Amino acid sequence: MKFWRVPLDTEEIVISKGIVHIIEDRCKGCGYCIEYCPRDVLEASERFNSKGYHPPAIKQPDLCVNCHYCEAICPDFAIYSLEAPAQRISELSIQ
Amino acid sequence: MNGDSACAEGALAAGCRFFAGYPITPATEIAEQMAKRLPEVGGVFIQMEDEIAAMAAVLGASCAGTKSMTATSGPGFSLMMENIGLGITMETPCVVVNVQRAGPSTGLPTLGAQGDMMQARWGSHGHYEIIALAPASPQEFFYQTITAFNLSETYRLPVMIMADEVVGHLCERVIIPDPSKIRLQSRPRPKGRKDRFKPFHPGSNGVAPMAHAGEGYLVHFTGLTHDEKGYPVMTAEAHSEMVSRITEKIRANLSKIIQVEEYRLEDADVALISYGISSRSSLAAVDEARQQGMKAGLLRLVTVWPFPDDAIRELAKRVRCLITVELNLGQIHMEVERCAGGMAPALLVGHAGGTVITPAQILEKMLVGSGRG
Amino acid sequence: MSNNRSPKHPLDNILRTDRIPHIWCPGCGIGTAFSSSLIAIQSARADLTKTVVVSGIGCSGRGAGYVKLDSYHTTHGRAIPFATGMKLANPELTLVVFSGDGDLFAIGGNHFLHAARRNMDLTVICVNNFNYGMTGGQAAATTPNMAKTSTTPLGNPELPFNLPLLAYAAGATYVARWTMLHTRDLTQSIGEALARRGFSFIEVLAPCPTGYGRRNRQKPIDSLKIYQEKTIVKNGANPAEVILDFKQGITLGKFVEYDKPTFSEAYERICRPRAS
Repeated sequence: MKFWRVPLDTEEIVISKGIVHIIEDRCKGCGYCIEYCPRDVLEASERFNSKGYHPPAIKQPDLCVNCHYCEAICPDFAIYSLEAPAQRISELSIQ
Repeated sequence: MNGDSACAEGALAAGCRFFAGYPITPATEIAEQMAKRLPEVGGVFIQMEDEIAAMAAVLGASCAGTKSMTATSGPGFSLMMENIGLGITMETPCVVVNVQRAGPSTGLPTLGAQGDMMQARWGSHGHYEIIALAPASPQEFFYQTITAFNLSETYRLPVMIMADEVVGHLCERVIIPDPSKIRLQSRPRPKGRKDRFKPFHPGSNGVAPMAHAGEGYLVHFTGLTHDEKGYPVMTAEAHSEMVSRITEKIRANLSKIIQVEEYRLEDADVALISYGISSRSSLAAVDEARQQGMKAGLLRLVTVWPFPDDAIRELAKRVRCLITVELNLGQIHMEVERCAGGMAPALLVGHAGGTVITPAQILEKMLVGSGRG
Repeated sequence: MSNNRSPKHPLDNILRTDRIPHIWCPGCGIGTAFSSSLIAIQSARADLTKTVVVSGIGCSGRGAGYVKLDSYHTTHGRAIPFATGMKLANPELTLVVFSGDGDLFAIGGNHFLHAARRNMDLTVICVNNFNYGMTGGQAAATTPNMAKTSTTPLGNPELPFNLPLLAYAAGATYVARWTMLHTRDLTQSIGEALARRGFSFIEVLAPCPTGYGRRNRQKPIDSLKIYQEKTIVKNGANPAEVILDFKQGITLGKFVEYDKPTFSEAYERICRPRAS
């Protein structure tokens, strides 16, 4: 994240983080979560689930901000995110 | 009061607190009476947009725990059939009154007939059992409405009262007994843990206890073929099991459900079989025939469905002929013929409707049947 | 990373998990609309045992079978009068009708009109996938003009209903339209509808990849792209002007919200005899 100056509330701001959980056998491979994740955390996997669909794979787990959009858009109750320990901005690798 | 009003009072005495209906001659008076009386006893009346909605609302109210009914005539009865089927599959107690008029189609709206009897039995699609009663007087209409509610609650299905316009509009003395003298039944209720409850697991008499919406049992009811948990299952085995269960609960309890009345039948040669208004003419015909020396009697069907097979078979063994008297061209007559099985000839006095059958017309046939005419 | 112990989706408490995966097709919008509804229902009231879901026949109608509440899967088009009877028998129940466009507006159209006219206290969620999905993709009352369906192979000669206008004209006191992509708005609208008294109607546009989508060159992702790019939110818009055209634009939003006595309130006030 690039700042032109360090914001005054840098120490207080906490970016939420999430851990994505995928219930593979419920997935029907529609691809909505992959397409609409705002942080591009997911990608299609090569694996098959027990019904023959390709569930998503987590490409960049660290980028998940627990927005729950994959959970909201999934028609199959196959994916959800839970809150992970949050990080302060100052702890992120900032250039 | 007239038969329709007696029916409404019977319903209220039975604990009915919800009526959804649609105006139709000659059943409108039932709706009007309920519209006036239900608010007085804490119930709700609603006139729905059509008979299909009326039947759906009746089922909904019953599933929410209230005794409910509707009343209609031929054209409305036809419309209600799909939802009656839903009531049968979801095993929902309720009462459907059909004050029959001459059909088919719009027919003679203000004149009575008894042409919907087979429709009462088989009107909805699929194979099922049904209970249908036929009152012959306003007083009986009062009592039969209570019986209909009791039967529907005990066996968890829609029960029909197949009245006719004549009984509906006949004005006779109706004695309404003290509520303490009336025995009421309610649907079997679940016991035990709510999370382990299976909505369609039959009890000892073949009927499953019923959980209502809002009680925490979190039940699922569907018109699809379902298993004991109520979940849809799409196999022939599950279907056979479900249909057997809902038919067996009636067939295994026939002796408790079927009611017939015998009049001068002990030594009869010629037996009349009738129900509803036609049975009144039949009573007069029997008396007249006896006066003339004929050994005549009447078997009056109080319960028309399930059909009293055994009673007819027994009768066929000992009489010279059976004469069905009904206001149609031979619907219950077919059942009588079937049960008689050739043991006695089965004749019919009937016409398509519009006016009552006179005792004289019946007597004519009785003379033929007894070999004297 | 995915959890290897049996994972618990946040909605598992309100789902009949023994029946999941459900029957809806890959990419079906009903699943998402259903999910958004469940989130709203879960947060709506403390005592969920008094929330009842009633549905009709069709793909959307199957929703009642998956929710772990008292649920009633009734005959085609008759969910609304069934729910009416339930509500009148037990006014403490919160009734949610979750059904499809064919079920609610073709065969069930008359019942919808009258329940709206009476301002029955119901929340009606209509998943509009522009066809009859369950039976293979036939034309419905909401199918766009010229669209291909299995009963209009050369194009639909009819014009579709404007559902928000129909609901408003019939007397609905809360009318909104969203798409299944707008999950947050949808959940919020359903929450508002559940909390209020009166007839609330929410139309949810959804893709039907196997029926409508397949015949009209709308792969599920294409439908979602349309919902993302062609929609405009106009809260308070005039229902007569809320267009729904896959090429020209789709108006979404909460269009109507006002209060008037419900059927039950009026019945209690007018039809109960006066105490003497």
